[in-house]
Amino acid sequence: MTVGTKAGMEAGMGGMKVGIVRFPGSNCDADVYRAVTEGLGESATYLWHKSTDLQGVDVVVLPGGFSYGDYLRAGAIARFSPIMGEVIDFARGGGLTLGICNGFQVLCEAHLLPGALVRNRNLRFRCHDVGLRVENAATPFTSAYAEGDRLHIPIAHGEGQFVAGAATLDELEAENRVVFRYVDRRGQATEAANPNGSARNIAGIANAEGNILGLMPHPERHSLSVLGNTDGLGVFRSLLAAVADGRGRRSDHGPPEAPEFAAGAVAGAGVSS
Amino acid sequence: MSRVWSVDVRVTPREGILDPAGETIRRALGNLGYEGVHSVRAGRLIRLEVEADGAEAARASTEKMCEQLIANPIIEDYVVRVREG
Repeated sequence: MTVGTKAGMEAGMGGMKVGIVRFPGSNCDADVYRAVTEGLGESATYLWHKSTDLQGVDVVVLPGGFSYGDYLRAGAIARFSPIMGEVIDFARGGGLTLGICNGFQVLCEAHLLPGALVRNRNLRFRCHDVGLRVENAATPFTSAYAEGDRLHIPIAHGEGQFVAGAATLDELEAENRVVFRYVDRRGQATEAANPNGSARNIAGIANAEGNILGLMPHPERHSLSVLGNTDGLGVFRSLLAAVADGRGRRSDHGPPEAPEFAAGAVAGAGVSS
Repeated sequence: MSRVWSVDVRVTPREGILDPAGETIRRALGNLGYEGVHSVRAGRLIRLEVEADGAEAARASTEKMCEQLIANPIIEDYVVRVREG
């Protein structure tokens, strides 16, 4: 099923506004913007990390990159950015929140998702496409897919090995919160298909309520036909359907404030992740 | 009496957490002929200058910083040492 915005509007759907947080060192923010605006025809806006105004968005995306140069631990400093207070309140209150790559690391550091992401087991920065199996198609992030679908999505990270205690891993599995898993061409979650040594081939997980998703691969990079692959667009299409269904909630507007775009020096911006 | 204390925080990967960097160092040592190195764990040392009323207060304050930011208790252990002098 394909529901673009124009069709959605005609069908009486309200459309969707996506807020993309920009930390110093974010570098996949524009990719998400294009996936939402060009891939879906929906609206998107950037949210500066020093702001505390979520601008009434329906969905918050923490994009990939190297926020604060990955200093200390990936995501550890970004987690305390001024806007994260608002993002945490929004997410805890049921707001649809998506963390991609560095955004996933930030969500774990903020304890919005369990576990942590550590150095890839093979110590290599892995930048290539992987096979991903949709393990749960009932989330607001995956309803456009069918369970068991195999997607072709890029990864680009050096610290993407998902680790958590055995009890946490069992809980994630039992509650169907493992949303994506690394698989080979035949859809098998083998060791060879696991690019970073993640526990149980886990590539993406959701919180217990299902409104927060973190994943290491980059669906936004496979969301435009001009890029040769649109396997990732389903994540954003699912979000649009979820917003139309009234899942999640709209963020509040914070107090007006002066923009401070010149204030933060961009530290350690790399080529990807 | 408030003064500045030099405090070291040693952060290491938790027991049971795979440490690929440490493992790589161990293998390299083996290649260099250093036999009998059974394990290497690679962490980081963070040195702070902390103003506090006494060594205990400096330690307590630093431990709070560790819990909140300096270490991630899911994957890391830390040891705080207030240096004398």
